[in-house]
Amino acid sequence: MRIVFKTDYMQDIRPWKDTYQLMLYMILLAVVIAAPMLIDDFYLGELTNVLIWALAGMGLMVLTGHTGQASLGHAAFLAFGCYANIIMMEQGVPFMVAFPLAGLLTGLVGVIIAIPALRLHGIYLAIATLAMSILTDDIIVLTETWTGGVSGKYAPPVNVFGFDIDRWGTPKEFYYLVLGVVVIVTLGYINLMRAPLGRSFIAVRDSEVSAQAMGVDIARTKAMSFGLSCAVTGLAGALMGLFAGAFNNETFSVIISIELLMMIVIGGLGSIHGAFLGAIVIGFLPQFLSISKEWVGALFGGSSVAIPGLEFGVFGFILILFILFEPMGIYGRWLKIRTFIELFPFYRKDMFKRQKSYLKTERLR
Amino acid sequence: MDILQLLISGLANGCVYGLIALGFVLIYKATEAVNFAQGDFMMLGAFVTIGLTNAGYMGIPFWLAVPISISIMALMGYLLDRFVIRLMFGQSQTAVVILTIALGFVIRFVAGMIWGHEPQSLENPLAGKELRLGELVLGMEDVAVIVVTILLTWGLYEFFNRTKMGLAMQGASQNQLAAYYMGVPVKRVQGFIWALAGAVACIAGILFAAKGAVDPSTGLMGIKAFAAAVIGGFGSLPGALAGGLIVGVIEPFASRYIAAGYSQVAPYALLLAVLIFRPHGLFSQVRVKKV
Repeated sequence: MRIVFKTDYMQDIRPWKDTYQLMLYMILLAVVIAAPMLIDDFYLGELTNVLIWALAGMGLMVLTGHTGQASLGHAAFLAFGCYANIIMMEQGVPFMVAFPLAGLLTGLVGVIIAIPALRLHGIYLAIATLAMSILTDDIIVLTETWTGGVSGKYAPPVNVFGFDIDRWGTPKEFYYLVLGVVVIVTLGYINLMRAPLGRSFIAVRDSEVSAQAMGVDIARTKAMSFGLSCAVTGLAGALMGLFAGAFNNETFSVIISIELLMMIVIGGLGSIHGAFLGAIVIGFLPQFLSISKEWVGALFGGSSVAIPGLEFGVFGFILILFILFEPMGIYGRWLKIRTFIELFPFYRKDMFKRQKSYLKTERLR
Repeated sequence: MDILQLLISGLANGCVYGLIALGFVLIYKATEAVNFAQGDFMMLGAFVTIGLTNAGYMGIPFWLAVPISISIMALMGYLLDRFVIRLMFGQSQTAVVILTIALGFVIRFVAGMIWGHEPQSLENPLAGKELRLGELVLGMEDVAVIVVTILLTWGLYEFFNRTKMGLAMQGASQNQLAAYYMGVPVKRVQGFIWALAGAVACIAGILFAAKGAVDPSTGLMGIKAFAAAVIGGFGSLPGALAGGLIVGVIEPFASRYIAAGYSQVAPYALLLAVLIFRPHGLFSQVRVKKV
């Protein structure tokens, strides 16, 4: 195990542990920047999709992973960000202004929704957000004059620093646009987590009572978390709209909300890595399934058949296995493997044992 | 007369919502977890009965098939608790929520694989019969749904308040550690309640499939039952039924008197309104939490 001997305060608060860790992330950054040169346009599109999902995952991770408020309604904010961005662009606002503004507006909506939601705990919050996600579909249809309702809208090409960027025409440029947004948001997220606000998120997640005793304003913290989470999700939604090219009321269905939550659970709740790892799983699972279906079909001599709902069935099954056997997700498993290697042969089975608690309710009858 | 007719059909629909909500409440009352797959359980129960009794499948007589499928679903519920939920013992509610959502996906997929994605309806002895009261014409299925639901709710209510097992369940949910001290076999109690929830889901499924048609995505109707359970308050059995009836009655009236497009919003809007103004339901049982 690398033990870093800290000699001054700046070293203690900087985002990376030591030069070795910084190097690793620099290499990763170099690889993703070089990616368009290494892979063809189809896989570049898939990679862009993964990055957009990771961005949305980071949005939900702030709220669910770090503040402990489970939301089953984040597709609503994806939709809001997407529609806000496109509608502003149609009104003649340049993309460079409309895009951050869409994120900001979504964040504001999030704060407004957070005010009543603050009174709800656990499952009640999950159900309220679920209902909100279902309502989004109907609201988009009802506000047809702005949103185009069932017939939907098409995303125009966007202009960034004088470059015309279009998902199909210039996939490389679109990839760099998404990558730039993801890198900026990730750096912001890392910094948030070492700032007082980020620390208070974690305090609220672990124990509201203790957080309050330590002087954390719970209502304000939760509202901030909601706002930041929705803002990032809104940005992801705007990119998702551009990526899809065309979208309508059914694009951001309640299934997307649930998928998003499942994604960060598989990746690992409470870690930024988790959002990316979960996005990789969700982005490449359909590819993997179609390839393996062809493989199985070739093996048994039959043609590959379409199995409706297979993707969700497999996805649900993977999720059940993760929750039962690795509640910390892929990132948690990686931490265990890393610790095992670093400490070899002194790793012990219960080093990551989670504390279990007996249940007590608030109900009197 | 028209309004009365709407009311009755709304009540019959509401009873099905109420029965699903009853499943939520049963599990919530005894384990403090929420089974998001309850709607999919209902769908599975309906398909199991269809598989047993419909002429196209096994063709067992209806009255024989019903107890068999109820016991199959009860067994499913028990096994689910024994081999999946029990591993989660001592973890947070949110983890159970996510687990049951994933379970719903898997159940929907499996049901689609076995019975296909076409809507199917249950062949039953009451189909097509009518009950005439003056000018009022009631489908026998609707009447059966209402009667069965009321009897079941009353039975479960008495069970929870009168029997030793019912009280043990409430104790096990209010404070697990204290329940252990008092000699309540908490894990066995939880297995029993999941079996009971499976049986209730199966009854709901049978009633639903007798009235209309089911397909694998019917389980998503569970979301409307959430509205029922929330309106009634998650800890109250009569509340769940009342909530189900409210949602069921609102739907036909909303689609009749409110412009199309706004009407299907009604149950969810009501759900959100209740959550905002009475976060613990109309039949609230929560007082201030003490540290």
